[in-house]
Amino acid sequence: MISFKMPSLGADMEDGTLVEWRKQPGDQLKRGDIIADVDTQKGLIEIEFFGEGVLEKHLVTEGQKIAVGTDMALIREEGEKVAEAVSEEKTPEADKGKDLTKVQEKQEEASPVAPVRAKEGQRIKISPLARKMAETHHLDISKIGGSGPEGAIVKADIEKSLAEEAPQAAAAKKEKAISETTTEVSTETKPTMPESEAIRKAVAAAMSRSNQDIPHYYLEKRIDFSHAMTWLKAANKERSVKQRLLPVALMVKAVAKALDDIPDLNAVWENGLQRKNEINIGFVVSLRTGGIMVPAILNADTLSVDGIMENLNDLIPRARAFKLRSSELSQSTFTITSIGEGGGDKVFGVIYPPQVGIVGFGEIREEAVVENGMIGIKPVVDVTLAADHRATDGLVGGKFLAALNKYLQNPESL
Amino acid sequence: MNEEAIKKMIFQLLKRIAPEHDPSTLMPEENIREALNIDSFDALQFIVAISEKLNVDIPEEDYGKTATLKSLLAYLQQKMKS
Repeated sequence: MISFKMPSLGADMEDGTLVEWRKQPGDQLKRGDIIADVDTQKGLIEIEFFGEGVLEKHLVTEGQKIAVGTDMALIREEGEKVAEAVSEEKTPEADKGKDLTKVQEKQEEASPVAPVRAKEGQRIKISPLARKMAETHHLDISKIGGSGPEGAIVKADIEKSLAEEAPQAAAAKKEKAISETTTEVSTETKPTMPESEAIRKAVAAAMSRSNQDIPHYYLEKRIDFSHAMTWLKAANKERSVKQRLLPVALMVKAVAKALDDIPDLNAVWENGLQRKNEINIGFVVSLRTGGIMVPAILNADTLSVDGIMENLNDLIPRARAFKLRSSELSQSTFTITSIGEGGGDKVFGVIYPPQVGIVGFGEIREEAVVENGMIGIKPVVDVTLAADHRATDGLVGGKFLAALNKYLQNPESL
Repeated sequence: MNEEAIKKMIFQLLKRIAPEHDPSTLMPEENIREALNIDSFDALQFIVAISEKLNVDIPEEDYGKTATLKSLLAYLQQKMKS
């Protein structure tokens, strides 16, 4: 039997609130299954399970605040015997002895508000997400049937109820409804949208920690982007508008290849330098309401440039709608920040701990460039590296920028 | 689709990308991306959406013609005629 723990979702996150169990006791679990939705400062995160087995029992209840590392569920691995049948009346803590009681106490310390219990009389059982959704849409929850555990109203019930009401609501809101997509956004994400204050707090915590703990060193290199632009133009001519590539897709791939050459930068600093096997590139997405999200492009070195663009097309809108998965928030091994058009010429990043480096791409712009004793005008991009001086020295950083330059001069090799 | 209808559709798309702005306050010759603070990713999504809704192909070399409301409207009308 293994216990499934609340995963860390980045250096800036300490806890979250369990909103909904997506898998129930007895459910067969396979690699990558989403077992729960947890509400955090970074939105509603889908918690994934990376193993095989059968969910034996839940150890936390919906509505409970759970700290990172808390046991969330017991999972029976393949081949293990079925444990003795557990009486439904028993609470998890009474059932599993001292260790779990401790865990439970810890959780209750962390959460001053006790979860709603069925004992409290006639109260309607409803998950927090469902409650928020019902409030947003002014639904009378006493008229909605619950399909969740012990008849609790869950997200699906609200969605069903909204779908039934949709024809009238649509007529009433005809003028406001701009398109299918905006309607979807308003019903799906607004209720769980974290306040911009929470995001601000999360960014503040991670960046303060970085600045206090990490002795950054900085390097900068101007990279000739003319070959890359020529290659992109030719590539985009052959692609439909939907499949066109942005320069940033090429940059992500070039960074992943350069990290493959310089593995000391694809690492974390935790009791020394620990290299990571996978190259997962965290990509800074700025939010219109302020704050940033940094979802990871997993195994970026193994993806084609088109594959990276597809990933970005999927990740960026989800990051902006606060709909990311746990692996996307916790697995990045290196970060890219890009200031894009109209912003600064160059950007010096602050490392996202426990990573050891961040690369920044400034705006692509035309500059006078000296080449073979001649002055020409070319598109260039100023690339910076901020790296952890405990982990590497300037020599390593310099080699990384040289490798990155080499790949961007040969975009066809990416 | 007449000019008014195209304009309405453009405003709807822009509202979706930048909900905090009112696109109807855009001046005809104002740079749309600068005025509404639209990044390269959202700009590409905007072009994808227009080309799908109007069923026109917008090649990359024409992106410059989509910069302002005035140039975009003129460009789309000419595209739809041809």
